[in-house]
Amino acid sequence: MNQTGFPILSLITFLPLAGVAYLAMLRGEEPAVAAKARIGALVTSLAVLAIGIYLWTAFTPSQAGFQFVEVLPWLSGLDVQYRMGVDGISLFLILLTAFLTPIAVLSSWSITKRVRELMIAFLLLETMTIGMFAALDFVVFYIFFEAVLLPMYLIIGVWGGERRIYAAVKFFIFTLAGSLFMLLALVWLWHNAGTTNIVTLLHTPIPPTAQMWLFAAFLASFGVKAAVWPLHTWLPDAYNEAPIPGTIMLAAVLSKMGAYGFLRFAVPMLPQAVTAAEPLMFTLGVVAVIYISFVALAQTDMKRMIAYSSAAHMGIIIIGIFTVTVEGIEGALFQMLSHGIVIAGLFVCTGILLSRGEPLTLSRLGGLSARMPVYAALLMLFALANVGLPGTSGFVGEILVIVGAMKVNFWVSLLGAAGMVLGAAYMLVLLRAVLFGKSRPDLAPLADLKPGEYAMLLPLAAMVLWLGIYPGSFTHMFDASVNAMVQAHIAALTPHTALAMVTK
Amino acid sequence: MNPLLLPLVPGLLLGLGGMVLLLAGVLSRRDSTSPITYGAILLLALAAAFSFAAPDTLLFGGLLKTSLFTRYADAMVYLGAVAALLLSLDYNRRESMARFEFPILVLFAVLGMVVMVSAADLMSLYVGFELQSLALYILAASARDSLRSTEAGLKYFVLGSLASGLLIYGISLVYGFSGTTNFASLATILATGAGYGTIIGIVFVLVGLAFKISAAPFHMWIPDVYEGSPTPVTAFFGTAPKIAAMALLLSVLLGPFGHLLAQWRMIIEALSILSMVLGALAAIGQKNIKRLLAYSSIGHMGYALMGLAAGTLAGVQATLIYLAIYLVMSFGAFACVIAMRRKGQAVETIADLAGLSTENPGFALALAIFMWAMAGIPPLSGFFGKLYVFSAAINAGLNTLAIVGVVTSVIGAFYYLRVIKVMYFDAGTPGFDKTAAGVRFVMLFGALVTCLFVFVPGPLVAEANAAVKALIG
Repeated sequence: MNQTGFPILSLITFLPLAGVAYLAMLRGEEPAVAAKARIGALVTSLAVLAIGIYLWTAFTPSQAGFQFVEVLPWLSGLDVQYRMGVDGISLFLILLTAFLTPIAVLSSWSITKRVRELMIAFLLLETMTIGMFAALDFVVFYIFFEAVLLPMYLIIGVWGGERRIYAAVKFFIFTLAGSLFMLLALVWLWHNAGTTNIVTLLHTPIPPTAQMWLFAAFLASFGVKAAVWPLHTWLPDAYNEAPIPGTIMLAAVLSKMGAYGFLRFAVPMLPQAVTAAEPLMFTLGVVAVIYISFVALAQTDMKRMIAYSSAAHMGIIIIGIFTVTVEGIEGALFQMLSHGIVIAGLFVCTGILLSRGEPLTLSRLGGLSARMPVYAALLMLFALANVGLPGTSGFVGEILVIVGAMKVNFWVSLLGAAGMVLGAAYMLVLLRAVLFGKSRPDLAPLADLKPGEYAMLLPLAAMVLWLGIYPGSFTHMFDASVNAMVQAHIAALTPHTALAMVTK
Repeated sequence: MNPLLLPLVPGLLLGLGGMVLLLAGVLSRRDSTSPITYGAILLLALAAAFSFAAPDTLLFGGLLKTSLFTRYADAMVYLGAVAALLLSLDYNRRESMARFEFPILVLFAVLGMVVMVSAADLMSLYVGFELQSLALYILAASARDSLRSTEAGLKYFVLGSLASGLLIYGISLVYGFSGTTNFASLATILATGAGYGTIIGIVFVLVGLAFKISAAPFHMWIPDVYEGSPTPVTAFFGTAPKIAAMALLLSVLLGPFGHLLAQWRMIIEALSILSMVLGALAAIGQKNIKRLLAYSSIGHMGYALMGLAAGTLAGVQATLIYLAIYLVMSFGAFACVIAMRRKGQAVETIADLAGLSTENPGFALALAIFMWAMAGIPPLSGFFGKLYVFSAAINAGLNTLAIVGVVTSVIGAFYYLRVIKVMYFDAGTPGFDKTAAGVRFVMLFGALVTCLFVFVPGPLVAEANAAVKALIG
């Protein structure tokens, strides 16, 4: 079965469902149930995290292929199997999900409305997301990819802000429309290769004309999920209206699903189309970085500003992926991890302000550095990491992407780097407005961080520093996979050199 | 017993048993609706058991034929009928329209469907078709004192008779130009091609059947009939007769007319596209949940027809899988509609569901599951139906059909979502009455099957595969 001889990926995927079953069976008074539900969800998600860490230690980094592979017969007659496995690319995204779910659960501690259902929704979301990253069959992948919509729709719609219904429906319809086109692409690929096994699909050649159509379908689905400009319009609404824990999952984990889709499917399967679409994707990425940064700069609300900053950083990730160089893809992957953690940190900080009863309008905030010094320090750390200050996680990813882009196109790297400057501009505006500014007399002293909030922010801050100071412990896990992917891409584009390499 | 007689037993049970129940109802002094309904359910269960035990055979000199395919379709019909009867138990009593004829009419309609499904001759096809239709007309009008129900019954009768007329006219043309009504002989004669007369006849037959499965543009009757009929009758309409008519369509088009795929494929494609588009667009503005389900059922028939349009083994298998999945979603959704009662009155608008998720989470979750499944969101069963038909369509080169299907799925998702939105996001106090045990059972059963299908898809897929092989051979 795999090197551990135990279906560990199924366990990590479906363990949250055990938590769901426990939560569904709780009986009693409302507050007691709510308390038990919170604890239950937290314990389950921590158990998932523990398995995730074990997975990391058991993973063999030198091996490029898929590990921990599990195969079970499933849809008879169609030759679709339940197939799971991870490589260096998906491993960290699973870990990111497992790491952020407990934080999202913690950050929802102050929500008192229908707590049990909220916790069930988060655990379902965790199952779907981890299952999606671990799926090695296209149909299984699609099911998890699509099923993410169900809990997220409810999280936005039930626990969201004022315009939650509009945001929830828009989110659902946008994503569904995109992913149904992927379904068509899936069926076409299935028809072409005779199987939905992703490992086989990766090595099945596809005629270049068909590749263009398939790429368009992938762009429709993964582009919407990753909020690539101009498919991002659902994002400000959804991020803004979702409750804080929902925003954390959306920005930190769900947006990575789109980027992961590009990496897993588009780049290896459609080499010609990816090369042809390179200028388009670079343009979209650069526009995202520059235009959305300007939009972020114009925001007057802390949550919206962070939301746009998140979309701008997705542009960097897209540029990195489509350079199809080792540096670019590793940078994109690294940026995915870093962005997930940093953006979660920023949204947690926003949530803390909300729970103190503060408004999120920038002009009405101010002086928090004096009133909540520890909070201010941590917010500063996340903001600087978001800007890409050396020593923090944000730097490594961005510099790799820019180096990768430099190899391919000077202007893309230049404009991408310009985005970093703009990032610095709006994050500094944010910091000044929130932390400094004039401290008005009517602002009573606020309580600094509570233990629960430390429990959320300190792990995030530690990760930001770990990723920034010693990136090697992460990059060496996906080196082999990324190198193999880039070599396969070059070989597919230039069959002669590939042949030459073989004959040598 | 002679094993060759076994295939007759289900039909005899339904017919004779129905008459015995009728006598019992007439002779009993007190209201006997409930015992007779239980009796009818028992008869259906027995008939189902016997039909599974029966061997493959031809009966009455080639008028009827039993095979794995007919057993597959029969099983769906029995299941739909039992669900409708379970739903009617409590509803008829509360609406004080409990009449013992109701279950008996359902039995006779099922008998008609069983004959339709196993027909191996155009004549037996028509007899089954009419027996079924007549019982259904009365059922639609069974709430005698309700203006809407009477209107529904009359409308259904007038339009249904027109369809029957078209069907019999088509049959007569086919008979006139080919000289036989037997499926096997027709298949041999038409193997070398068909003249215009026969093809026109086939078109008329197709129209008659399209009316029964309510494929657009022959769907005009369905929203009014769905809305006007008592809800258990609507639940019955939405399941068993559609499945029987669809099975009949499959066996006619792939049996006697199987060699004329090139001729009828275009018609089926057009029906499929029109149904999907109409089902998606017309449902958007509906406020009444029964009308919404009516349009949604038109759309579902469009998806099911997509598999038939492919005309391949995989395509027909996809259609059969789609029908089975649709059956469960459909009676589940109707169970939820029946449970919508406030202070003894049935309520039917979507707005009445506002706030249901806080008041009755189980009920809301069940309806949400059915709506999501109908929208085709994985991991619920409805997705697999769509997956199978899309894959069959693309494998057969029908890309347009698949793309239209995808676009209408997105539009469809919008109105299914609206129901969920009202239940989960809107504030309100529905204050529904306590749901009867039978309705709760159907709801729970439907929701469990819809949710858990993803874990055990194997048996259904294998059965559908065997059924198609029995049909196409």
